[in-house]
Amino acid sequence: MRRHLNTLYVTTEGAYARKDGANVVVEVDDAERLRVPAHMIGGIVLFGRTSLSPALMGFCLEEGIAITHLSEHGRFLARVEGPVSGNVLLRRAQYRAAEDPEKAARITRSMVLAKTVNQRAVVRRTLRDHGGAMDDPSRASLEAAEARLSDIARRIERPAGVDGLRGLEGEASAVYFGVFDAFIRKADPFFRFEGRSRRPPLDPVNALLSFLYTLLTHDCRSALETVGLDPASGFLHALRPGRPSLALDLLEEFRPHLADRLALSLINRGQVGPSAFRRMDNGAVLLTEDGRKTVLVAWQERKKEELLHPFIEEKVSIGLLPHLQAQLLARHLRGDLDGYPPMIWK
Amino acid sequence: MLVLVSYDVDTTSPGGPARLRRVARACQDFGQRVQFSVFECEVDPAQWIALKARLLKAIDSERDSLRFYFLGAQGRRRVEHVGAKASRDLDGPLLA
Repeated sequence: MRRHLNTLYVTTEGAYARKDGANVVVEVDDAERLRVPAHMIGGIVLFGRTSLSPALMGFCLEEGIAITHLSEHGRFLARVEGPVSGNVLLRRAQYRAAEDPEKAARITRSMVLAKTVNQRAVVRRTLRDHGGAMDDPSRASLEAAEARLSDIARRIERPAGVDGLRGLEGEASAVYFGVFDAFIRKADPFFRFEGRSRRPPLDPVNALLSFLYTLLTHDCRSALETVGLDPASGFLHALRPGRPSLALDLLEEFRPHLADRLALSLINRGQVGPSAFRRMDNGAVLLTEDGRKTVLVAWQERKKEELLHPFIEEKVSIGLLPHLQAQLLARHLRGDLDGYPPMIWK
Repeated sequence: MLVLVSYDVDTTSPGGPARLRRVARACQDFGQRVQFSVFECEVDPAQWIALKARLLKAIDSERDSLRFYFLGAQGRRRVEHVGAKASRDLDGPLLA
């Protein structure tokens, strides 16, 4: 069983990461800030104006440590990859499945179904925890959303091509984000949610969601690379140069619980307040440096929590889920598993 | 698993300082210095074999000594720190 490896986030402006023996050392203004043995980390994420030495980069590529560069605000810039790893036969099976409409539809169906059911679980949880305290219209809208998501989930199970499934996925997301505002228990108008906006996010909730999705994409992409799959060749997401379509596919089943619920608890528990955000001239809302740190700490803590994996029936840390799901997908593509078992939260 | 490594290297003997450097280097590659000559190393069994082999090769067993304390998978819980130079929890969030 693979250990859940830590991720190193370099966020301080001007920080420089270098290699010292088998340690990764982060310096700010020539003073050592952090030192960690390389075998304990699985990835380094660098924000904004931070850098790392060529020696460290070479070492990470040899050791299979993923390096991701993000802009100051967490937008994905680049990923540094070593030689293509993994099994060429697995990759060939992946491409063949992507070309085969029936196989592609089966994998897509699993992913879309899991996402919809997981979205419904977030709705149900809100109803269970806060339903009593809600006014009647809000509760009725959540109950209606729950019923509609159940209906969409039933329709997903019927035979359809990838395009039909994409339509259902869009429909489910529209229902889900239509009631997302009711998940936010803070009365503060600062945290009202009026629909999903991205590139750039136009309100604090969207800023938080976008940032968490970026972090999750990094993890999904590394997981796929690790098992030897090509993160660019997806099923649900159409192929586009430079787009990690399969990483985005894998992301879908995790979004509701790993990103959305974390964003909600950060807001509802008051862990991030209005001071964690900054509004730019063009209307974009972004996290401040301190806000980002709060989110990163919460994210890393969340990944250490354990749950019982319903398919492999073992206790695993949440941070390991992308790796496990990538492994299960690889086993399905190789023909060892009849279907792809997505992660569904109870 | 968490392994605590402590060492005593006789630096007055010929080659002593070099042995001390090599022992410290090996420990640092796999763990965190928590006090002078004391390291905490979070390693899996394969990594432990590699570290131990490196340490055994580095010392002169006539003059130097090594002590290993195996604290197990939940080792962090068995450690309490008081006073200056608090160590960092390397399994916790790593932000710099």
